[in-house]
Amino acid sequence: MLSTWTPPARDGTPAGDELLVAFDRGRDLRLLVCPTWFDEANKLRRFTLEVMRRLDGAGIDSLLPDLPGCNESLAPLQQQTLEGWRADMTAAAEALRATHVLAIRGGALIAPHGLAGWHYAPQSGPKLLRGMIRARTIAAREAGRAETAEALMAQGRAEGLTLGGWAIGPAMFAALEEAEPALGPGQSEIAQSTVGGPGLWLRAEPGEDGGQADRLVARIAQSLAGAPL
Amino acid sequence: MTTSHNLDGAALDLELKGLIADVLGLDPEQAQAFGPDSGLFGHLPELDSMAVAGLLTEMEDRLGIVIEDDDVDGEMLETYGGLRAFAEAKLGGR
Repeated sequence: MLSTWTPPARDGTPAGDELLVAFDRGRDLRLLVCPTWFDEANKLRRFTLEVMRRLDGAGIDSLLPDLPGCNESLAPLQQQTLEGWRADMTAAAEALRATHVLAIRGGALIAPHGLAGWHYAPQSGPKLLRGMIRARTIAAREAGRAETAEALMAQGRAEGLTLGGWAIGPAMFAALEEAEPALGPGQSEIAQSTVGGPGLWLRAEPGEDGGQADRLVARIAQSLAGAPL
Repeated sequence: MTTSHNLDGAALDLELKGLIADVLGLDPEQAQAFGPDSGLFGHLPELDSMAVAGLLTEMEDRLGIVIEDDDVDGEMLETYGGLRAFAEAKLGGR
């Protein structure tokens, strides 16, 4: 279930291998999973794997590649860019012979447009930044420091910014400020309201909800069978 | 997910308590037991700055309000009553 994949070299520097979680039984349907990032990645990791287990049970292979700078990666997060991650996911789709894509939250911002698939509760870059900036100003206030969102945004653009413990480089920061999820051909959105219950990213601490995972996979299976979402 | 917002007191109460239940992973009934003096930020260990940020962002979406940096202070976050009064003022001020 655990293996590795090799992201493309960047600027002539060969990239190191990254981890890959795969339910790969060589079936016809192979779903690339673009996970969410940063703080939400912790909260949704278990949910993401629960969805993959259910896809496996439904006869669908699924592949979850780690992006450079995330999880066990040796690459520094601060040097990653949105464009780079998008290229990585496109390369992963090809290398892993994915037939479909499931993007989760911010993952929708880098979902390869060449694959049909689904964006689950897609999140825009500005909203993602806004939440993390807000957390930082609240924490600063509690600690007796004055930080304004405006000054932090300027700092993020100029030199990058650490938000919630995640070191976001200036290029990534600037790109997120403009990034809106867009559906590619054959892609559709699965809103949280259709899955039911509160989104697990809202939780103060990582949680799980088997019912939500069941319903999300049921939607995907229906969609594959040609039913409208 | 912006809904419309002619929230009277009871509806606002329901919405806010539902939101807190979503963030803390509580049963809705448990959150419905919150009173004006129920402690939030600084009282509930799960409610750290990241969770509060999520709560405020979700309030913006569900109540259709915009919360500025300067709006956020200890008082509005300390108790359920404080948060409710803040939401009421925001809704009334539009």
